[in-house]
Amino acid sequence: MRYLWRLLPLAFILLMAGCGKQNLSALDPQGPVAAAQFDLIKLSLTIMIIVIVVVFAIYLFVIIRFRERPGDTHIPKQVHGNKALEVVWTVIPIILLLFLAVPNVMQTFTLAEVEDTEDSVRIVVTAHQFWWEFEYPEYDVVAGQDMYIPTNTRINIELEASDVIHSFWVPALAGKQDNVPGITNEMWLEAPEEGVYQGRCTELCGEGHWLMDFQVIAVDPDTFETWAQNMATTDDDVEEETTVAVEGREVFEQNCISCHAVGGEGGNMGPNLTNFGEREVVAGFLEYNDENIADFIRYPQEKKPGSLMQAFPQITDEEMDALIDYLDSLKVLD
Amino acid sequence: MADQHVQTLPPSPEKATLEGKNKYLGFWLFLGGETVLFASLFGTYLGLRGSTVDGPGPSELFHLPLVFIMTMILLTSSLTSVFAIISMKKGNYKGLLAWMTATVLLGATFLGLEIYEFVEYVEHGLGFTTSAFGSSFYTLVGTHGAHVAFGIAWITTLIIRYRKSGLTLTNAPKFYVAVLYWHFIDVVWVFIFSVVYLMGIGG
Amino acid sequence: MSNTNAQTKSVVWDWLTTVDHKKIGIMYLVAGAFFFALGGFEAILMRIQLMFPEATFLPAQTFNELLTMHGTTMIFLAAMPILFGLMNYIVPLQIGARDVAFPFLNSLGFWLFLFGGILLNLSWFFGGAPDAGWTAYVPLSSEYSGTGIDYYVLGLQISGAGTLIGGINFLVTIINMRAPGMSMMRMPLFTWSTFVASTLILFAFPALTIGLLLLMLERIFGATYFAVASGGNVVIWQHLFWIFGHPEVYILILPAFGIFSEIIATFSKKRLFGYSAMVFATLLIGFLGFMVWAHHMFTVGMGPIANSIFAVATMAIAVPTGIKIFNWLFTMWGGRIQFTTANLFALGFIPSFVMGGVTGIMLATSAANYQFHDTYFVVAHFHYVIIGGVVLGIFGGAFYWWPRMFGYRLNETLGKIFFWMFLFGFHLTFFVQHFLGLMGMPRRVASYLPGQGLDEMNLISTIGAFLMGVAFIIFVVNIFVSMKNKETSGDPWDGRTLEWTIPSPTPEYNFAQTPLVRDVDALWYEKYEGEGSMKAAEPLGDIHMPNGSILPVIISLGLFIASFGFIYHDDGWTWVAIVGLVITFGSMFVRSIKEDHGYHIPVDEIKKGGK
Repeated sequence: MRYLWRLLPLAFILLMAGCGKQNLSALDPQGPVAAAQFDLIKLSLTIMIIVIVVVFAIYLFVIIRFRERPGDTHIPKQVHGNKALEVVWTVIPIILLLFLAVPNVMQTFTLAEVEDTEDSVRIVVTAHQFWWEFEYPEYDVVAGQDMYIPTNTRINIELEASDVIHSFWVPALAGKQDNVPGITNEMWLEAPEEGVYQGRCTELCGEGHWLMDFQVIAVDPDTFETWAQNMATTDDDVEEETTVAVEGREVFEQNCISCHAVGGEGGNMGPNLTNFGEREVVAGFLEYNDENIADFIRYPQEKKPGSLMQAFPQITDEEMDALIDYLDSLKVLD
Repeated sequence: MADQHVQTLPPSPEKATLEGKNKYLGFWLFLGGETVLFASLFGTYLGLRGSTVDGPGPSELFHLPLVFIMTMILLTSSLTSVFAIISMKKGNYKGLLAWMTATVLLGATFLGLEIYEFVEYVEHGLGFTTSAFGSSFYTLVGTHGAHVAFGIAWITTLIIRYRKSGLTLTNAPKFYVAVLYWHFIDVVWVFIFSVVYLMGIGG
Repeated sequence: MSNTNAQTKSVVWDWLTTVDHKKIGIMYLVAGAFFFALGGFEAILMRIQLMFPEATFLPAQTFNELLTMHGTTMIFLAAMPILFGLMNYIVPLQIGARDVAFPFLNSLGFWLFLFGGILLNLSWFFGGAPDAGWTAYVPLSSEYSGTGIDYYVLGLQISGAGTLIGGINFLVTIINMRAPGMSMMRMPLFTWSTFVASTLILFAFPALTIGLLLLMLERIFGATYFAVASGGNVVIWQHLFWIFGHPEVYILILPAFGIFSEIIATFSKKRLFGYSAMVFATLLIGFLGFMVWAHHMFTVGMGPIANSIFAVATMAIAVPTGIKIFNWLFTMWGGRIQFTTANLFALGFIPSFVMGGVTGIMLATSAANYQFHDTYFVVAHFHYVIIGGVVLGIFGGAFYWWPRMFGYRLNETLGKIFFWMFLFGFHLTFFVQHFLGLMGMPRRVASYLPGQGLDEMNLISTIGAFLMGVAFIIFVVNIFVSMKNKETSGDPWDGRTLEWTIPSPTPEYNFAQTPLVRDVDALWYEKYEGEGSMKAAEPLGDIHMPNGSILPVIISLGLFIASFGFIYHDDGWTWVAIVGLVITFGSMFVRSIKEDHGYHIPVDEIKKGGK
């Protein structure tokens, strides 16, 4: 009997773990922060399942045992109550809650400790309607949409917002914190394994809220250093591979550069595109292919409702091919 | 006819009928709600009083002597309303009306000075939309001012409506809760005086 | 004064001017049911959109408007008014009163609510509904939204004023108007929970009033409390909103607890187990309800100290809630449990609500909350407590008190079909949403991408929502087909409390003679330990009644008109606001200077009407 009680929640948790997509689910943690949070979830769920089992058992017993049977008209004894029982079901829940409250308070403080060390990397995450900007002050680098981080390194994150409130969530790595205009929030996370982790905005921020996704890309520390150096130094000496790409660069400079920066040059109204050619997805969620890129440039609001990007339906097919070639060539890692 | 004109009234005419008792209790509860209302405004003001941006701040604007005079006037009006209730309990209806009139006049003077004060501040560059401090200041003090204005209109209505009726079981609770309301406004002002003005100049 | 006889006036005029708590209660129920159906329809539309990934059934903007209006409608215009309807009808009867303390204000409260609700919903036709969520977080709602938010602000302001008036009215009624012998500790639990919920209304709604006032001044008159560029702070709104918003959920759930306490005792044929513990737990929940608002804001950056305090305080609420659950279980223990439809809702409530309660504790775990917050896990949690608690309570209460309120019984067979279908649909809809949230689905998303493992559960959820919709239709059908089952007995369930001591249909004056109360379950005591029927506390005599008045409608209408002046004041509509306010304050002035002493029902008529 005792074993059963312990096994029941365990079985349930086993069922839960591994639910959902690996790089997205909070139930399949890929880093220490998410793991600590998942431990708390499991702990609370275990305690709660004990409560549920007790209540349901009494409940089922009562409604079966004391149901009205045909022909039964007796008047039950009018019991007033029982002080001892009241004490029991007041004290036991308090004890159960202490088992949860203490680890929770400890964990709340641990997760709030954001201190820079020699190895840590600091990233300022600014949320915009409806895209993400990642600034690496130690490297003088600004990136858009893809947040590169080194593995096994403590990443200290500052959260800011340029317009409305957003919330930064990478379920597989860490729970969320809000990006609040006028306020800087802090959190940290770590990714032991290389991989691409899905991130998204969890605070209703307007029409494009549901598509405000981003990627956290964990690479080994050496690769990260290369990435950061190249992001910082690719001022405007990107060597285009083809002549078409050179034409594409002209199209870019005529139409895009006032909002999008490549290397050090360009506006900051939209995401930085220095490493656009290495993206896995376009605009945070679309499969990376020529058609999606072209469609998004021509009609961004059709792909991402509420997007503040200007539409460019006037770009000809020829110009578009060149532009996409140019964008494809924007790489910093090889 | 439930409420005939009664010659001899019980010692507490404001609570002698069930209607009166309900009104009395209901009004106390309402003031409890009003307390939360003003607490919310105070909280907002305290959160924003440092946010003067480019506009003037509390210490550059507030002119303590004027505010002190306003405070004294409002406190006196509370005192006159107490005299009004004492008259009522003594059955001196004329005294009640006279003291209530004095209360209204003092309240109107206070309101006039507050309007003058606001005009001064606007001239010194603090508009409603100048800064978060300006918005929260005018909202807190203005909401209090609106309460004063409502109180003046209410008590004036009572005085005119019942100028000839004498004290009855129907109008006694009305005067009584109006005075309760007036005291409440007064207490709120004491908090405004301390939190907004004294802290604004001192801290 | 003249004896105003309602029968000489038209039916419509009678209902417009009524100050009878029973008629006002029924109007609350009808209006609330209408808004409930509307909010349910909005939910079904959203579930259709979420049935498949990347569906294009609704544009994202419309989806955001629907989610905002669904939440706002269900909380402010459906759940609360329906509970107010039950409270209005039942509480005076349970305490042996002939009316509420302020019949005129009672009517005013209703009309304010109705005009506020209509104003809010008119936004659909004038430039789009509010789209910033029912919580309307700034700056999305202040600087980045259209006129819909103005309708939200003014609609809620008007209906909120009505709620506040209603709350004060119930408090005074319960404190001052109890029948002789009914001490506070002899009041039925539904009356107790109404009392505590009304206290919460009194202290919580003013915070919302100020929040809405600030948002209105910011949007319409350019104030800068929330505008970061001018030194504003966006978190202030969240504090004000949740200082109101958290007690609000207890304003909803406590009356439902009260309803279940009545139903479970009645249909177990047993006195409520641990009456004083139940009362104490209700008070404690109400008190703690004010201490925990910031658990809605764990991720906003309050720091670990504040987060820890609010986490522990929130967990503490589980203790009094647990006390209530166990006392209900032990009320049934040793009883003779009858499975009427009303009791089925109570029995369905216990497991459903426990599941919603435990996820509440999980959410209170602040460090883990960073994962739960603003995901479908939260959506699942609050629907478990609100549908599993409040809505089941409302339906249970409807089946229980229907014969009292409408003079006929609802059909039990249809009722049971409705119950099972609704309960099954409810669990189907919301159980899977716990997992959706943890698997990475944020709340308030207009759609989701395929290939994330979210497709199947969303489909299941939508099927459940359809079942709930069909079940509700069966309930509506039940209302009409059952009308012929006239209830002649005033006490169809072998009831325990005073509302079952009077004949059916309920006389206008409720009690021919004010009853004398001698125990907690006054009627049960007289039936089984006394002389069989209630003792009277007064001789038979003329009964004083208040006159009806049209002024509440006019006062509310004035504010309704004024709102348009505020919303379109940039377009030169300021005069409309002035006209509206003149109408409102003018009618208040008229009310103030006109003494209305009511009328009397002569004793002969009472002898004819009642027993």
